[in-house]
Amino acid sequence: MVEVKNLHKSFGDLHVLRGIDLEVNKGEVVVVIGPSGSGKSTFLRCINHLEQPTSGEIHIDCVNLDDGNVNINLIRQTAGMVFQQFNLFPHLTVLANISLAPAKVLNMPVEDAEALGRELLRKVGLADKEAVYPHQLSGGQQQRAAIARALAMKPKLMLFDEPTSALDPEMIGEVLMVMKELALEGMTMIVVSHEMGFAREVADRVVFMDEGVLVEEGKPSEFFRNPKHERTRAFLSKIL
Amino acid sequence: MARYFPFLVRGVGITVQFTFISFLLAVMLGLVIALGRISGSRIIRTPCQIYIDFIRGTPLLAQIYLVHFGLPQIFHYRPVGYIDALVALTLNSSAYMAEIYRGGIESIEAGQMEAARSLGMTYGQAMRYVILPQAIRRVIPPMGNEFITLLKESSLVSVIGMEDLMMRAKMMAGQSFRPFEAYFTTALIYLVMTITFSRLLGRVEGRIKGSGRS
Repeated sequence: MVEVKNLHKSFGDLHVLRGIDLEVNKGEVVVVIGPSGSGKSTFLRCINHLEQPTSGEIHIDCVNLDDGNVNINLIRQTAGMVFQQFNLFPHLTVLANISLAPAKVLNMPVEDAEALGRELLRKVGLADKEAVYPHQLSGGQQQRAAIARALAMKPKLMLFDEPTSALDPEMIGEVLMVMKELALEGMTMIVVSHEMGFAREVADRVVFMDEGVLVEEGKPSEFFRNPKHERTRAFLSKIL
Repeated sequence: MARYFPFLVRGVGITVQFTFISFLLAVMLGLVIALGRISGSRIIRTPCQIYIDFIRGTPLLAQIYLVHFGLPQIFHYRPVGYIDALVALTLNSSAYMAEIYRGGIESIEAGQMEAARSLGMTYGQAMRYVILPQAIRRVIPPMGNEFITLLKESSLVSVIGMEDLMMRAKMMAGQSFRPFEAYFTTALIYLVMTITFSRLLGRVEGRIKGSGRS
């Protein structure tokens, strides 16, 4: 599904990603953890080319993103993204937030796009909120709406960039619940998160990243019980 | 003196006409230049930058003379004062308008563009459906100020013979030998116009704020 080979990314002199290799299979849920500044978000943003990699290869669904002939907009349609700050469109209703991209990018008739939007709102538990504006929603509701917006493009892969980090503690659960359902439905997911409970329960694999490299990876049961690398142990002891 | 008043007021129509037409044209041209100015392509961006710098760094009076006297000399055509006045005012205002648009567009959080692009929208779609609708709300107040500026600066087209309010003031001053009354009355008429329009603009802004969302 996703294949990353020797990915490097620099911002000027700052070498953020120092050679990352990762394969994610169809239906797999991979949780990426690591200290802040370790390059987790940058890595995620490289996968759908919100950041241009400096070197290396990224294949999504067997398509090489750095092949000059690839339409990056098409690739982005297959990889939905959920942001820490939600980034809902404040000038549009919740329903219009969701139906905009299918209507404009996929040229879906507006009625169909809205029907799809309503179905997705029901799925994330916001059926009664379609006519309100994002600022009228709580943080947890906004993030669920943002997940619905990404799902409207029928992505094959979902990228979550610290989806619960901007939320009040009591709202984290409702977002994780939606993500868990999505995982159970077989969605391929890469999640950057500090929610260890979620990683334990939902992830097929946990990846620890530090200073721009993948230090260690493993099944959550193994990973948390018996971390092999010194840096992983140090990080886990701080957050658990 | 009072008998000159209707004569002056007839110039108001021309002044308002110049202001409205060049404002509307500048609103459109300004957007094009602003989008060029923030383009990722240097071939598009640089000319727009030079245009904005040139217009904002030179006097409107010089621009009016350039359009009315300079261009016909180079391209050999008979200048038409009315059109040249509109062109000069539009070109001038569009540069300021472009900077207003740019400010509005750049004030929208980067996350909005990223979210739109992550959904597969092209840059153009993201601009049109996500960025500009939000930016427009923020540029309306400064555009109102630009309208008032344009209303006042349109008085300069009198130098190429347009019979606007300012031209009529000059004619009245010459005929009546009463320059103080002529120019003071004219100044007051401009003042009434600018106050009226800023009140109207204030009401438009209030309505936008009233709708709540930013």
